[in-house]
Amino acid sequence: MAGDIEAHPGLPTPTPLSDYDRTGDVARSRHFGDLLFQSLTSLGAVILVAVVASILALLIWKSLPAMQRFGVGFIASSDWDPLHDRYGAWPSIYGTLVTTAIAMSVAVPLALVTALFLVDLSPPWLSRIVGTGLELLAAVPSIIYGMWGMTVFASFMQRWVEPALANTLGFLPLFQGSFNGMGMLTAGLILALMVLPYICAVSRDVFRMTPGVLKESAYGMGATTWEVTRDVTIPYGMRGILGAVFLGLARAIGETMAVTFVIGDNRNVATSLFASGNTISSTLANQFNEAAGLKYSVLVELGLVLFMITVAFEIAAHLWLRRLRNAGGR
Amino acid sequence: MKPIFVSAAVALCAVAGCSGSDSTTIHGAGASFPYPIYSKWAYTFEQLDGARINYQSIGSSAGINQVKDRTVNFGASDAPLDKKELDAAGLVQFPLVIGGIVPVVHLSGVKAGELKLSPEVLANIFLGEITKWNDSAIVALNPDGKLPDVAITPVRRSDGSGTTWIYTNYLSAVSSPWKERIGAGKEVSWPAASVGGKGNEGVAANVTQIDGSIGYVEYAYAVQNKMTHVQLQNKAGKFVEPSLEAFSAAAKNADWAGTPGFAVALIDQPGDDTWPIVGASFILLHNDQPDRAVAAKMLKFFDWCFKHGGDAAKNLHFVPIPADVYTLVEADWDKQIQSGGKPIER
Repeated sequence: MAGDIEAHPGLPTPTPLSDYDRTGDVARSRHFGDLLFQSLTSLGAVILVAVVASILALLIWKSLPAMQRFGVGFIASSDWDPLHDRYGAWPSIYGTLVTTAIAMSVAVPLALVTALFLVDLSPPWLSRIVGTGLELLAAVPSIIYGMWGMTVFASFMQRWVEPALANTLGFLPLFQGSFNGMGMLTAGLILALMVLPYICAVSRDVFRMTPGVLKESAYGMGATTWEVTRDVTIPYGMRGILGAVFLGLARAIGETMAVTFVIGDNRNVATSLFASGNTISSTLANQFNEAAGLKYSVLVELGLVLFMITVAFEIAAHLWLRRLRNAGGR
Repeated sequence: MKPIFVSAAVALCAVAGCSGSDSTTIHGAGASFPYPIYSKWAYTFEQLDGARINYQSIGSSAGINQVKDRTVNFGASDAPLDKKELDAAGLVQFPLVIGGIVPVVHLSGVKAGELKLSPEVLANIFLGEITKWNDSAIVALNPDGKLPDVAITPVRRSDGSGTTWIYTNYLSAVSSPWKERIGAGKEVSWPAASVGGKGNEGVAANVTQIDGSIGYVEYAYAVQNKMTHVQLQNKAGKFVEPSLEAFSAAAKNADWAGTPGFAVALIDQPGDDTWPIVGASFILLHNDQPDRAVAAKMLKFFDWCFKHGGDAAKNLHFVPIPADVYTLVEADWDKQIQSGGKPIER
């Protein structure tokens, strides 16, 4: 259409009526294109919201029988007896929070240190190799982590890591009791391994965006590498780092298969990290196949609880970001 | 170009399921325990007959729901339905194959078939009452063996399963403390000290990993993974090793004719050679079939499984249904299954 107009540039002949029509057409079609684009994009946005809303509605609707039966006590109860239809969510919530906490406390420092090394300290060729390795690690499907965790990592934990922890830190209640390689500690460490590449890759990109001028002026003032890192690179990328951390957190909370394979499935709320436990998503993976009646509803309600936990973390992340913005304005 | 086009068309046809003269497709869904043999039978039957049997192992409960909703032609369940539930849904039930469940251990110095356990000791181990392998109760059954001072880790299924249903039914039958405290079901409230594994493969992997562990798996998994099975004392007081013959003995001694819906539990059956933990896997059909042709083909398939599927079953470590039992089953079909008020010819 645009070609039509430019095919007769600057011709003095009076424009025939039909051409007026055509230019009107062009204008209208441009307008139409805008409209189409706008409606397509807004349709996408509406569909997204509708999907989230319908998932939430379905979760609530299907968990109504369980809610009516157990009420709010469901969250705090540790019951799980399918033969007598008594269920509680607390062991699963506890397991989800504990494994996520282990994963984040291991993965976040490790990922940030690695990212800083890749950006500021390592020679470029090494940075490239490690960077590619990170991206490959992020692409490994979770079931592979699960299989590796069950067949290799669990026995490694049983033979080396857990005895060492019991001998050195055994005075803490966290590292007491018998161990067999399966359990919350193993699950948490597998999760750490799974979220590490995400956090590391994103924070590496964030650190790279620190303007060279800022760093160079700091060095010019006589700052050491550590001081530049602490006072320039990290504060500059703080929001991005938080984003990376929450990306990892979201994956750790919901991760299913890898955890299901190594957590040992137990409904006891144990202080020891060696103990078997379960998470919300591992319970769903284990039980959904054969669930019927009230148990089905209970599992859907567990899904709703997981949804709520994710939303709570999301809100916390937004509040934290806002506080950061107000405080520093960086 | 042409041959490629033709082969593409053939491949497409194979995917879409238009297999020449007979394009009947029968849909079934349910238990995962018999899936290996059902899919083998379906494949062989399609080669012979042309009819496709599409069986999906989605779990017994889901299979029962789907056949009740009539979204599949037949359902499959490891736990039989009782007569009341069958009548309420208008379903006919019969066993199609039999399998055994085997306790397996991982204990250094103990080889397959060496360790002897009684039903009470097995139940007490899973209850968490017996916690060490050198417990006097275990030593009393194995006076010759050197049992180490190692903690026992019971391993069980973490997912709801027909295997657990059969196993806990057995423990409930032989141990009143088990029956009172835990009970029987596809998923039960296990004592604290146990470790769960997802699926037979998960239990097998955990038992292979954990020194001092004891778990229960389908016989095929024990054989294929070369696991250390135990000798178990049966109802006659004899110690037996798991084998297809020992599973068949359980099926032979059961009271099939006197049980509505053939819902016999094959656990703890009498007989000197009987393995005590055996279960049948059941098929569920509507007694009022909407499509005569499909129903006839479906019954033809089951009839073929009974009469010609025995060798394939044994190769996969399953036990075929004895001839006198499937004669009863087919007589029951003739009596119950109809389409438009008329019986169905196979």
